[in-house]
Amino acid sequence: MTLDPFMVMLLDVLVKAIVIVVALLGAYAYMTLAERYVMARVQVRIGPNRVGRVGPIAVLQPVADAVKTIFKEDFCPANADKIVYTLAPGLAVAIALLAWAVIPLSPPLTIAGYTIHFYIADVGIAALYLLAVGSLGVYAIVLGGWSSNNKYSLLGGLRSAAQMISYEVSLGLALVGVLMISGSLSLVDIVEKQSPIWNVVWQPVGFVLYCICAVAETNRVPFDLPEAETELVAGYSTEYGSLKFALFYMAEYINIVTVSAIAATMFLGGYQGPFGLLPGAHWLLLKIAVFIFIFMWMRATLPRFRYDQLMRFGWKVLLPLGLANVFATAVVMVLLGR
Amino acid sequence: MELAIFYLFASIAIVAALGMVVLRNAVHSALSLAVVFVALAALYVLLNAPFIAAAQVMIYAGAILILFVFVIMLLSPRVDQGAGALKWQRPLAALCGLVFAVELAIVAASALLPTERGPFTPERLAEIGDVQAVGALLFTDFLLPFEITSLLLLVAMVGVIVLAKKR
Amino acid sequence: MLTVNHLIFLSAILFSIGAVGVLVRRNPLIMFMSIELMLNAVNLAFVAFARYLQNLDGQVFVFLILTVAAAEVAVGLAIIVALFRQRETIDVDEASILKG
Repeated sequence: MTLDPFMVMLLDVLVKAIVIVVALLGAYAYMTLAERYVMARVQVRIGPNRVGRVGPIAVLQPVADAVKTIFKEDFCPANADKIVYTLAPGLAVAIALLAWAVIPLSPPLTIAGYTIHFYIADVGIAALYLLAVGSLGVYAIVLGGWSSNNKYSLLGGLRSAAQMISYEVSLGLALVGVLMISGSLSLVDIVEKQSPIWNVVWQPVGFVLYCICAVAETNRVPFDLPEAETELVAGYSTEYGSLKFALFYMAEYINIVTVSAIAATMFLGGYQGPFGLLPGAHWLLLKIAVFIFIFMWMRATLPRFRYDQLMRFGWKVLLPLGLANVFATAVVMVLLGR
Repeated sequence: MELAIFYLFASIAIVAALGMVVLRNAVHSALSLAVVFVALAALYVLLNAPFIAAAQVMIYAGAILILFVFVIMLLSPRVDQGAGALKWQRPLAALCGLVFAVELAIVAASALLPTERGPFTPERLAEIGDVQAVGALLFTDFLLPFEITSLLLLVAMVGVIVLAKKR
Repeated sequence: MLTVNHLIFLSAILFSIGAVGVLVRRNPLIMFMSIELMLNAVNLAFVAFARYLQNLDGQVFVFLILTVAAAEVAVGLAIIVALFRQRETIDVDEASILKG
């Protein structure tokens, strides 16, 4: 039997997409658990202990959480824009998942003459695609905030729009340095070129900039103004409950994994080990895990920015720094004759 | 296959564009326009212009339209009161639009297209890369327009700050 | 086979929809969005011809139009906000007096 190459490609993409989505949903469930344990540890508390604190039984905690969330009343506030209100959480998750189409997870593997690539697509504009998809993320939050017909939600949504647009610029600039020294926009190429030495060695400023902007883009502490509990109740998600709230929550955690994966891919060699040791998906997973831990650590320790501080920091510190970094990279590259 | 994808995204774009004009709520209109932008970006990918597609999503959907949504929400969204004095002009405008579309289509269909082709065949583009090719053009043949756009952006920025600043 | 005519027809339809939008709506924000739609229709035509002629000048033009559109929207929205501050309404028919 001969196989139609188009059908093979379609099947290949479908299988990979399903595997990645399922893996990310699993990651979300256990990240919530890990975050509660990490925060409890930092704050000298016990943490979740009703399901069972230690041993294999604790693994069931996310299941209990899921059951609880699903059985809450699915509530829609009066005068809310019903269509947009329902659409926003789904949009949030869909956009959060989109970035994974271009992130290479592992070097290619050849089994029985068929080469398996561990990415869904290797497009020539992958880095631009990431930025484009990232810039759509703000829609879900703004629309969620607006459609709830609640002042707190609207303020949270507008804050998030301003914040995400401001920090996106610096985020893009932070990546430009990497793109300049790699000479390619394809993530597969970028990872391959980091074989002995990671990009972070040449781009330390870019790396720090990216990390700061990534935290702002995911709306996490210390940049969690859009959902600041103490001043905006919970910002854009105030009126959301049950599964819709869970979707927003899921989008936030998937975004954390995504920005961690991008940071690892662009600056820390992706699936490459240090000094070219044993390349493979385990390195990427390890790097992502470290980033995720840092996210949780920050949430447990840092206070929140004030809104004007946030804006001033973004436009008057990060943006000039990003431009200076691009300029310095260009000058050095010309001087080295690359 | 190519044609099927074209018809899919073309119909999405047309329906969403109509939605933008017809829907009464400004936020819904903006959302429809976002759908148009994304559908057009998909068409650009189909047309071997992935760079333009990415720029389209990033600049139009990610920046310009967010600015629209921001202003709509800021100016306390009220449902459009309708045409008021211009109510009778509406069917007339739709008719004019239809005539205009037919006219454009006739002109486009009867136009003589040049037969000479440039150097950028799809194979060549795949070899050197779309972004590289457009970038090289921007920094060689189109350097002056490119630099002028930076000046334009600066002027726009100054203009906006002057306009929006509280007196 | 996808020909350049398919794309030009789509471009013409989108442009006309945008033009009708400017004519029938009185909310300046939606009129402005319609103008953006018209610009997009032109972009589509540029990309279509760039592919047909196998010449990337069209794509470069689209890039320049994107920049111009960004500048235009920034200024235009600032004008609308200024108008709203002045008159508490954004209906274009109300804004028929130059002075004030």
